Amino acid sequence: MTTLTVPKRPEGRVRVWRLAAMITMAITAVLLLVGLGTTPAFATTTPPPTAAAACATSDTTGCLQGTIKLPSGDPAVGIKLEIKGGDLDTVATTGSDGKWSQAITVAGPYTINLDTSSIPDGAVLDSAAKNPATVNGALKKNVGFVFKIVGGTTADDGTTTQTPTTDVSTGVSFERFLQQLVSGIRLGLLLALAAVGLSLIFGTTGLSNFAHGEQVTLGGLLAYLFANVLGLNLILAAVISVAICAATGYFQDAAIWKPLRRRGLGTTQLMIVTIGLSIALQYAFQYFLGASTVRIDMANPVTVQLGPVALSQQSLVSMAIAIVVIALVGFVLVKTRIGRATRAVSDNPSLAAASGIDVDRIIRLVWTSATALAGLSGVLLGLVLNGVNWQTGLQLLLLMFAAITLGGLGTAFGALAGAMIIGLVVELTNLVLPGDFKYATALVILILVLLVRPQGIFGRRERIG
Amino acid sequence: MDQFLTTLVAILNSAISPQTAALAIAAIGLNIHFGYTGLLNFGQAGFMLIGAYAFAISIIGGLPIILAFLIALVAAVLFALILGIPTLKLRGDYLAIVTLSAAEIVRMVGRSSLLTNITGGSNGITGNEYRGPFTDLSFFGDGRIDFGPWNYDATGSNGWWFIATAWFVVALLCLFVWAIMRSPWGRVLRGIREDEDAVRALGKNVYSYKMQALILGGVIGAIAGIVYILPASLQADSMGRSMTYFIFTALLLGGAATVFGPVLGAIVFFALRLLVQGLAGQFVPGTIMNGQQTEQFAWIVIGITLMLVVIFRPQGILGNKKELSFDVK
Repeated sequence: MTTLTVPKRPEGRVRVWRLAAMITMAITAVLLLVGLGTTPAFATTTPPPTAAAACATSDTTGCLQGTIKLPSGDPAVGIKLEIKGGDLDTVATTGSDGKWSQAITVAGPYTINLDTSSIPDGAVLDSAAKNPATVNGALKKNVGFVFKIVGGTTADDGTTTQTPTTDVSTGVSFERFLQQLVSGIRLGLLLALAAVGLSLIFGTTGLSNFAHGEQVTLGGLLAYLFANVLGLNLILAAVISVAICAATGYFQDAAIWKPLRRRGLGTTQLMIVTIGLSIALQYAFQYFLGASTVRIDMANPVTVQLGPVALSQQSLVSMAIAIVVIALVGFVLVKTRIGRATRAVSDNPSLAAASGIDVDRIIRLVWTSATALAGLSGVLLGLVLNGVNWQTGLQLLLLMFAAITLGGLGTAFGALAGAMIIGLVVELTNLVLPGDFKYATALVILILVLLVRPQGIFGRRERIG
Repeated sequence: MDQFLTTLVAILNSAISPQTAALAIAAIGLNIHFGYTGLLNFGQAGFMLIGAYAFAISIIGGLPIILAFLIALVAAVLFALILGIPTLKLRGDYLAIVTLSAAEIVRMVGRSSLLTNITGGSNGITGNEYRGPFTDLSFFGDGRIDFGPWNYDATGSNGWWFIATAWFVVALLCLFVWAIMRSPWGRVLRGIREDEDAVRALGKNVYSYKMQALILGGVIGAIAGIVYILPASLQADSMGRSMTYFIFTALLLGGAATVFGPVLGAIVFFALRLLVQGLAGQFVPGTIMNGQQTEQFAWIVIGITLMLVVIFRPQGILGNKKELSFDVK
């Protein structure tokens, strides 16, 4: 990266940070606003009095828990579950909210046997469901298990007949299509949040950052740390997490990437450095958390029915936040001086430097906002997917690469379009193929697109060299 | 002191294990891509997996071992063609993304529940199902053989027969790479790495040479896959993205574009990991770092080592800095 020395313009530096502060504040404001509207969703940590005795985890206890619902969607009350294992042999019963929980003091496998005679008439246990089921209980953790109850009848001899439904695994009904479509948009939005940063970093520095997935994971895990371990309010936890993620970007650029650019390291070398960083971070996450999946929000997700589509409240909020933040990023890129400067650096760093843009400063800002956006994406993913683990971001990284390659390497709006396409493809694949293949199809599409239009949707011909 | 000895023995054992040889072979293949031709192949684990599946499934299907081996090589050639045709005319990072994606596709399809009858799904295939014909080839006889600090069965899995054949393959491939890289063909590859346009100006078909290099390195990767699964079992997830990263780490540690770099790198890679783990286990109290965590700590050190090697000594232990400009275009 050639950087011409350009006279510093102190007021410009101030402007950048004022802008960065504005963006952070805007994100905060959005989070707060949306948070206020849905506070009940996040505040349902204390179960209603009639519910089964709540179970709280501590250093010496863990919880087995779950929610059982009737086919109508109402909670199934009074379902009996025999729980055996460790030093326990007991029966848990679902409360008025359909929830059951059992405290355990010994980690290890537990068998849960649902007493099918306690299921109300007109409903049976889903024939695909495992009963009895075995779950691995652990201390200091909530372990959930779901029994699915479907419509059906039980004959006198105990055999059950399920009311036929459209084949859930592969059937293509219009409702299912809508549901997957909405899931696809959700994944696309969250993917876009993370991918825009990756694309901007690539555009301004030529670096394919393989550690970007770990930035996403970091966001989710920090939110877990603040919201769950330290017990902060979820919104506050999210804001702090995003701020810390932004700081990691700032200091990463200051401590690693800027000096390396100065040394004149090639982009291939830099790419391999990010791989090393990615390995180190992955195992650092495992060092502290192990391989377990942790939940940011301990409350059971509340679902909202929108016509035929069921979505958790967290998903709706996350989508709203993602849309607002993406719109904000788009606005900044198109309408503000700093956005124009970023795009100029993306186009041609030397020319940008020659026309008086402080390239290093723009790159620092790009790193900071890219990691902040990745962190936000991680927090939202953790809420939407109901958990984060050390490889949440890792699994997303390839989809991000696919998205930005589809959209055109290095173009911010291409990344948005690419992310939406990839998100939809991944979720809609589920309609016709089993879940194992959903990521694979996205990658196949990537390869096919490269065959026909290697520069991607928004890329220009000369970029692909 | 006891623990130090345990660590030392573990390192010595890992230094000659077939797994290390497999990593070395995969790195030799990657060396042809990355070290000599400058191709950014991030899917070497995919080649391994292709080779491993083709070999294991052919043997289970009742084919003779030689035929199974050939099928594995042909599968790797096809995989290389599929990867190379759309990407080798494009800039280097496109090949990187496509190879990385393709390797993941192979892994996902391999572990898919739809194919459980053929690939064993996510449980994979146990070694006993395909190991038989190879064990039968052994002329090492039964019983145990002691050799210095190493003490193994002569023929059983993880025994001397597996170790000897694995390292014999490594030696053959080293000789092969040494020979072809001093041939005119090898010089064209290096030329492509240094300046593609100059080679094109000399009238060489760069695309074709790159494709040949991709196929050759990929086939060696498939052999690595076979060597890797013979003493163990075939599990799709054991040859995922991390495997590719480890192969890269081994190659860069030892020195890219050198004949013995990949081999030395593979040995050092495992030795370093065990050494860090052993030292951490010995000197850091268990209250700060438990057994599980020493292992993860060792991997963190590996990641940081990779960063430092690339920054401060990109030519690795054996490489020549002048030869390796290292920047793929």
